[in-house]
Amino acid sequence: MQKESAIREPLILGHKSYKDITDDVIAPITGPAPLGWKILITISSIIAIYGVAQILYLIGTGIGVWGLNKTVGWAWDITNFVWWVGIGHAGTLISAVLLLFRQKWRMAINRSAEAMTIFAVIMAAVFPGIHMGRIWLAYFVFPLPNQFGSLWVNFNSPLLWDVFAISTYFSVSLVFWYIGLIPDFATIRDRMIKPIPKKIYSILSFGWSGRAKHWSRFEEVSLVLAGIATPLVFSVHSIVSMDFATAVIPGWHTTIFPPYFVSGAVFSGFAMVQTLMLIMRKAFKLESYIHVKHVEYMNIVIIVTGSIVGVAYLTELFISWYSGVEYESYAFINRFSGPYSIAYWTMMTCNVISPQLFWFKKIRRSLLATFILSIVVNIGMWFERYVIIVTSLHRDYLPSSWGEFIPTATDIGIFIGTLGIFTTLFLLFTRYFPVLALNELKTILKSSGESYKNKQDK
Amino acid sequence: MKKVFHVMYDDDETLLAAARELVAKGIHINEVYSPFPIHGIDPVIGIKRTRLAIASFMFAMTGTSLAILGMWYFMISDWPMNIGGKPSFSMIENIPAFIPITFEFSVLCGAHGMAITYLLRNGTLPGMPATNPDPRTTDDMFVMEITTDTNSMDDKKLEAAIKKTALFELSIKDVK
Repeated sequence: MQKESAIREPLILGHKSYKDITDDVIAPITGPAPLGWKILITISSIIAIYGVAQILYLIGTGIGVWGLNKTVGWAWDITNFVWWVGIGHAGTLISAVLLLFRQKWRMAINRSAEAMTIFAVIMAAVFPGIHMGRIWLAYFVFPLPNQFGSLWVNFNSPLLWDVFAISTYFSVSLVFWYIGLIPDFATIRDRMIKPIPKKIYSILSFGWSGRAKHWSRFEEVSLVLAGIATPLVFSVHSIVSMDFATAVIPGWHTTIFPPYFVSGAVFSGFAMVQTLMLIMRKAFKLESYIHVKHVEYMNIVIIVTGSIVGVAYLTELFISWYSGVEYESYAFINRFSGPYSIAYWTMMTCNVISPQLFWFKKIRRSLLATFILSIVVNIGMWFERYVIIVTSLHRDYLPSSWGEFIPTATDIGIFIGTLGIFTTLFLLFTRYFPVLALNELKTILKSSGESYKNKQDK
Repeated sequence: MKKVFHVMYDDDETLLAAARELVAKGIHINEVYSPFPIHGIDPVIGIKRTRLAIASFMFAMTGTSLAILGMWYFMISDWPMNIGGKPSFSMIENIPAFIPITFEFSVLCGAHGMAITYLLRNGTLPGMPATNPDPRTTDDMFVMEITTDTNSMDDKKLEAAIKKTALFELSIKDVK
């Protein structure tokens, strides 16, 4: 059995037994829905329906209903896409990278962070899809045999790399998530008494029985999937950044983009995990499993990635001057003093200054401060993408084609709508799925559980 | 006619100790059912290391080859084009641009290939019936399965040996 230092804070508080872990995690599934959940899902599904209606209106009318124009051909759509993909980075990072580093605290948050990832990537995929205008021709992004030539897709284009990166990321994350869920579904199946839920969970659990050989394979699969998902996490947002970096637009054409986007993605992803986790632990009484120490660990990741993002902003600014390229330096002067300077300074405040507050232990360990700052960070990260995209585009090489982008109601409606769809999916997940990886948590109970740790000392 | 002993323990370490004890007496343990992986049980009950990682590597290499072959065909062989001053007439000059998709496709094939192999080898597929002897084994109980047909010891002696361990519950079934 693994032993852990006695001074290290326990990860599972209270005197829990294996049975208690099962009881605590299954309680939200077997018990009646809490009133708060009902209220939240009503609100979020209304917003989701509104979003779907806006999307249908857009598809029916054409993308002219967005505020795009000849100069700014990409705005909120791609901003939202990058923002959602960025949020989707925390889940697999937590479950894959932290698994390779043997970080036990990940076990309390990986399940729901991965669910968040999957839902966020779905939301991200909506935007390039609807931006095509004719979404029914979306299959043309894949190299399919056809009668137009054959007309193949361009494998030299980062936009196509994105197709492969996002679809691989989505499907691999889904498989990783589901393989971890199978044993937990089996636990629920064996607990359920009512025949219909029992049948449903029985189908979902794939007949898992917990044989020793199966567990041995399970651990191997988790490890190998983590191993190959780790470079995948880094590749996906690098490729997203290349959508911009390979273009010759001043403000986009920089080699710093891949690492800068990846750390930005992890930064915003962890902030979203904090927002969701802090509500979830309270709503479903999981305070013993997700507590201050977990929040603190995540805040440390936020400081690190936030600082990398801050350094990247300053490097970008310096290089734009140092390169001596007038177009490049104008793009950056225009960012902080042009018509979109409010967006730039919002981004700077939210992303560079606010995470630095976590250097103070009091703030880092305060749940309320974390909750507020996590939302601030996500606002900042949305503005970061907006600043990169819109301010770089709106003043073209030719001043005659300068323009400005003003979002329309449809732009706003679709963005708000995806927030609604995302929240609805996440709420459904928390009600019907085991929100903590309960079988994984049982493996760390003896090494990191409060009562067992105390026994070790005696 | 054989007898099946389902020996239940309430702790993973107790089961592991008991398994060691029984194996030392020459008893063969058919199966162990547990709610989470018991580390160290595999060598005791004679489970070999899985070869899934090798399978995954093979799948990934298949993906690598397919991706390179596909891109060569689409871009170089079937319909070469000059896109934005970056002509696609030579494979060697285009390889750098093909790396991201080659990587993604290798991961895609490696991950899904392994996941499918894992589910098939386990026999865990949608709609399969659960085969754990007791519903508590997915919660907090640990069960060891010992049968008389895989052991040379007679059932009385076997039962006596089993009862010496720190068990929680014992169920004996006759199976034809």
